[in-house]
Formats: sequence, structure tokens, C-alpha cells
Amino acid sequence: MHAEKVKHDFEPKIVAFVCTWCTYAGADLAGTSRMQYPSNVRVVKFPCTGRIDPVFILRAFQKGADGILVSGCHPGDCHYMAGNFHARRRFAAFRKLLEFVGVDLARLQFSWVSAAEGGKWVEVVTELTERIRAMGPLEEFKELELEECWSGKIDTPELQEAYKAIP
Amino acid sequence: MSRIGVFVCHCGENISRTVDVEKVAAAAARLSGVAYATDYKYMCSDPGQGLLKKAVAEHRLDGIVVAACSPRMHEKTFRNAAKSAGLNPFLCEMANIREHCSWVHEDREEATEKAISIVTMLVERVKKNRKLVPITVPITKRSLVIGGGIAGIQAALDIADAGHEVVLVEREPSIGGHMAQLSETFPTLDCSQCIMTPKMVDVANHPNIRLYTYSEIENVEGYIGNFQVTVRKKARSVDMDKCTGCGVCTAKCPQKKIPNSFDRDLGMRPAIYVPFPQAVPNTPVIDRANCTYFKTGKCGVCQKVCGPGAVDYEQQDELVVEPVGAIVVATGFELYDIGPKPAGSPYEGYGEFGYGTIPDVIDGLTFERLASASGPTGGKIVRPSDGKEPKQVVFIQCVGSRAREKGISYCSKICCMYTAKHTMLYHHKVHDGQAYVFFMDARTPGKNYDEFWRRSIEEEEAVYIRGMVSRLYQKGDKVVVMGSDVLVGVQVEIEADLVVLATAVQARTGADSLAQKLGISYDKYNFYSEAHAKLKPVECATAGIYLAGACQGPKDIPDTVSQASAAAAKVMTLFAKAELEREPIVAKVNERNCVACFYCKKVCPYGAVEEKEIRDRNGNLIRVVAYVNPGVCGGCGTCQATCPSKSVELDGYTDEQVIAMIDAL
Repeated sequence: MHAEKVKHDFEPKIVAFVCTWCTYAGADLAGTSRMQYPSNVRVVKFPCTGRIDPVFILRAFQKGADGILVSGCHPGDCHYMAGNFHARRRFAAFRKLLEFVGVDLARLQFSWVSAAEGGKWVEVVTELTERIRAMGPLEEFKELELEECWSGKIDTPELQEAYKAIP
Repeated sequence: MSRIGVFVCHCGENISRTVDVEKVAAAAARLSGVAYATDYKYMCSDPGQGLLKKAVAEHRLDGIVVAACSPRMHEKTFRNAAKSAGLNPFLCEMANIREHCSWVHEDREEATEKAISIVTMLVERVKKNRKLVPITVPITKRSLVIGGGIAGIQAALDIADAGHEVVLVEREPSIGGHMAQLSETFPTLDCSQCIMTPKMVDVANHPNIRLYTYSEIENVEGYIGNFQVTVRKKARSVDMDKCTGCGVCTAKCPQKKIPNSFDRDLGMRPAIYVPFPQAVPNTPVIDRANCTYFKTGKCGVCQKVCGPGAVDYEQQDELVVEPVGAIVVATGFELYDIGPKPAGSPYEGYGEFGYGTIPDVIDGLTFERLASASGPTGGKIVRPSDGKEPKQVVFIQCVGSRAREKGISYCSKICCMYTAKHTMLYHHKVHDGQAYVFFMDARTPGKNYDEFWRRSIEEEEAVYIRGMVSRLYQKGDKVVVMGSDVLVGVQVEIEADLVVLATAVQARTGADSLAQKLGISYDKYNFYSEAHAKLKPVECATAGIYLAGACQGPKDIPDTVSQASAAAAKVMTLFAKAELEREPIVAKVNERNCVACFYCKKVCPYGAVEEKEIRDRNGNLIRVVAYVNPGVCGGCGTCQATCPSKSVELDGYTDEQVIAMIDAL
């Protein structure tokens, strides 16, 4: 009863930053329940979402991720009492910054998946993968990665203007 | 250059069915830094672990990646194998290619590709892993028990019997708690006093128990194995060492018209009093708010009549610091006051059923005092209004409980059983009386519980009416109860002499402020949260603090005693070791980079960050930096993500390790 596999032109790279107590365990539960979801996601485990530095998200985009998922325990359920609250607050600010830089916020998703929510994990990963697949690859950051750094190459009028504005 | 060994497990067919394990091993062998890669049918089996140990020795491996199931399953197994092979266990990591790969994907090519990429990420991570040594902290083998009800008494006795010192702190002048107020207990109908008071005496006489009554927790500092607890001994105005408990003072006190809260205000007590005759300790307390001497400076009768000269009007509150290694919280419950909103309560007053306005509407605990042989009526059931024997009594269940619109959605768990008990007690004492019970559902799970409930109907002639009460009002000397019987589909109207409300069990007022002192979490109803609903039901998420009894949620006596003994067992497990060993996943501060902004201190949920002074050899203060106490640190890593100067690092999850994984994408 295997559905015929659809081949897509573009397979996005998805990175999931998850906490070990809730979402990692939820993903384990999806496995033990033999649920199926796209194989695009790579999981990086943290003790707590509170440990996740926004730098990791930037780094992952830079290294070729097309979409990123950050997921932890539901508010109030944090194993470390308050880590997920710190994460929530931190990412609320970080999203603004990311938007300012020009990354489409649809590429970055936050969710709460508990250890009992294998089904929700599948849902979240599947939805995100399909959304990113429709959006296409994230080229901007990859170009930056290729150039290593800006090295003075200011080739758009906006950047030139911004450069001039620096006192 | 690293020498990493990669071991790919088939897990029987669980992995190899969808993942080409040989291909994964071959791909891993080509990764830089990998000295050895192989696959095996069952890595976790004895021969599998033997293979791993042999490879460590033969190939001089300095890091291991086991590509198999979830680390939640077998990380400990393989880390122990690595340890016995002479490798630091924290140099062994697991790549989860079963739960996160073979079980959730069908396409063999895709799954194999994903497995290779997962293994690659873990290989890069292991390269950056550091050798970690488990942290040991000393344990103070004394325990604090907060609350002297049946939960606290049971926990204290169990721990003390195991040979460890216990400090038992009780807020009231006597231990005993709610259980001392009960008349008889379900499902056996044995008298509460008879089973409770011997235990209270045991506590008082136990050489390992230090009892502080009329005392409260002022402050808690420290961490598992090493708490410093400040106890406030409230001024009793009676010297406990001198008092013989003769009772002359209470007999002679001229101020005798103070409602006795132990008897739910049904009886009266003097200003110098013991709450009930079996109190432990049997030392009176002066209620300074109601004492004539404290109010006007005149009287002093108790001091004059006291033979041993124990009455001391000058006594002050005393603060005592007790070092303990573990804490059992057993602060119990309170009944939902359904009158007007009580001061400080998070709940709105129920404002229905006439409680507080109609004198013959009482709550279940008041009925217990009426039925108790040691109660204000000597066990005779009478109406509070005129002292007559009630011939028709209506019991209403689920008052406040399971009432989402009133703010409490949970079931109070004990009411179905105690109402059934009340109907029996009533029938035993008033033979020609009739008990009616309005109920939503009868919830009687428990050994011999349902039989007990059936007995109240079949043998003790209680009439159970399924439905809620819609209105209740005073008519002459009767209380008219109107409700519906939803099973028959008719309206019911009963002229009752007495109405007993089974009010909801709720958390103690002030439970939240104690939780904040202890650093434990609580739910939206102020009940304390256990670390795991199923697998850690007595532990708090905060290490070294355990829960017993109704402070964690509504509970009956058997459940409370079980949980108290479980909490005591946890304390004894902790005390069985000479030193405490724990995973070294803790944060460390790079003192050279620390700019002392102490953002880490603000975000730390454990209060593990301290301010450390760095001094030169002459003792001059050079600067202050953050220091993470490894005994307290829970290892969440929030500090590291917050630190603006990147000078605090969580061992096991360093930036290096994470970035290495991301870069291997």
C-alpha cells in the first residue's frame, strides 16, 4: 500500500533545532508509531530551546538550509522550568531582525511539540517541507557563503546607498 | 587528527530494511577522521558491545559514533561500553537512524542518504566532544519535611526509621493536619483519631525527628544535598521545655469565646489553647490577637496559675537555620470556601448554595467534626442553627469541583467517597433519618471503594439523585433544595433540615509563595508539579525536592500515604550514597572573557549563577565575574545563548559542537 513516490525538482534542506525533553522525544514517538514524513529534515538536539542561539539559525541558513524549525516544550512544560520562555522571547526579537535582513519569515518556523505529540511533529515537518519546497531554495545566504564575506563588493544601489550612509 | 569509530546497527531488520547499512558504513569510513567503520546486526547485544570494545583497542579510537536507535534508548548502554573500553564515556555519541530515519521513511535511497548525513553530523560533533568527568557533590544526610499532616508524618517516620535525621516543620500548633479532624475514614470506617494519634506520638518520641510546630519556612537556599533552610519559630508565648501540659492555664483563661477553627468554628476555645485534646505537642499557644493581656496589658491569669512558670509573654519569633540534603513538601490542601471570596484567594467566591448565609448549610469537613466523637457535639449530629437532630439531610457533590465556569475544572477525587461515608455515619447515628445525595457521577475507583459506595445505597438507604441542584433557599426552619433528577426526568424538591456541601479540594493559600521559596513549579491551580506525570510522580523538577500528598493534587489517605512513603524512599535512595554523582552537562564560565553583566544570572532558572570575586595575592578585589555552581546547574544552557560575550559554555553542547553539526549539513 505504498503511495507512488512523487519526484520533485527541488528538495529543500530543513534543519530542526529541538529540545531533548519534548520535541526530540515527540519525534522518537513518531518513529515508534511508524508515522511517515519527508526525509528532508535533519535534527540537531539541544538540552533546551533556551540553549538555541540565534547564531545557529543564521549559520544553518548560511550553510545551505532552506528552512528551519525550532521546537520545544509547550509553555509551562519546560524541563528546566523557564528555558522555553527565554527562547520564545529571544526569537520574537530575532524574527524582526531576520525580516529586516530580508529573509522570508516563512522559512523559519517555531512550534511546541510535546513528547506525546508524535503526530504533531509529523504535521509540522510535513507542512514546513512542503511550504519550503514551494518557495524554492534560499539563494541569498548561499551566495554570501560563496563570497565568504562582502569583501567590498557592493553591487546593488541599496547597498551602495547604505554604505555611503556609514559615517 | 581524530580516530573515530563508526558502528552502524541493523537493529535486526528495523534499520536495515529501509537503510542500506553497508553503504552507510562505507560512506562513514570515507569521512575524514574516521579510522574504522563497520556494521553489525545488533550493536546493543553483548557481542555487539564486544565488537565496539575490541575496535577501540585495536584501532586506538578516540571517539565513537553508534548509528542505531534513539539516544534516549541506548546512549547509556554505549557510553558504558565505551567506558569499559577505557574511553571517556562522553566521547561516545549516537546517531539516531531508527526513530528519526528508517522507521519514518519508506524510500530506501532517501533513507540511506539521510542516514549518511546524520552519521556525518555526529562524526563532526564527536570530533569536538571533550572528556567530561561526572560531578560529585557532598550530601548532608538530613531531611526537611514541610507539613505535619498524614503525608508529612508518614514521610518523616519512614526517613527517620531508616536512620536519618528529619526536621519536621508544621505551621499549626499541633501536627495532625486534616486527618486529625476526620471522624471515620473510608472504606473501612475506622476512626481517624485511632489510626492517626499513635503516629503523631511516634513522631514526637522519635529520636531522629526534630519537630518544629507553630513554625514556617522563612527561606530556602542551596541545592540538592546541600540546602540551608531558615525556619521561623513563631512566638508561642509558652516555654516548651518548662510546660508540662497540665492544662490549668486553658481552664482558667477568662477569654473563652473564641471560635475554634479546628472544629470549623462550631466550638469555642480560650485564648491560651491546645487545638484539640490529642494535640502533639501538648503545649498550649497564646492566640495573641484574642488574648486580653496582649490587647490591654491587663489579665495575666495564665502566667499566675502556671505552676512551672512556662508562660512567657515576652517570647519573640526565633529564626533557626537547618542544613538538610533533601526536602519533602507535604503541605496538603484546603477546602474551597464557597462563601464570599476569601481574602488572598485566587478564586472568586462560589456565591451559591447559601453557604455562609444559611446556617444549616455546612461543608463536608464541618460534618466530620459533628460526627467525630472528639468533636464539639461529642459525635451527636445536630443542626448548627438550633441544635436539633436533622431528619432529612441533603448532600450535594461536586460543589466547586468540575465547574469550569467557577475556575476549577478538576475532580476533587475524594468527595464521592466521603459523601458515601457521611450518609453511612448519618444513618448510623440517626436511625430514622433520610440522606439524599445530589451527584453528577459517582467516581469510586480504588480497592473496596465501589463496594463501599454501593453499600451506602443498598444497605444504608441513602437516596442518590443524579442531577445538580438549581436552587436552595431558607423556608421557615427548613432549607428547600430544588434540583432535577436527570435519570427519571423530573424536578425534585426536598425540605431538608441540614445541607452538606462536598466542596472542592484546592491548594493551600500561599502555596505559590512557598513554591517560589523552594524554586519548584506549580500548575494553574497552585498544586505543585511533579517532574513527570507517570514516571516521576514524587520528584520535583528541582533536584532534591520531593512531593507527598494533596499539595500535588487532590488525594485520599491511602494515596497520600503511598506517595509519602515513595517520597521517603527517594530521599533514602539519595542518602544511600556517600556523594552525589550527576551528569556533567553543566555550564562553565570563561572568567577571562566574562564582562560581569550577569545576564546569565537573570535568566538562570536554578539560581546557579553566583558572583565570584577575583582578588590578587594581597586580597585586593580585581574584578567580579560570574560563576556557575555545578551542583545547582540544571544544564539547560539558557545562559550560554544569552551571554553577550560568549563566555559561558554548556559542556556537552558547546558552540563548537553545534556549529560542527550545522556545518556538516
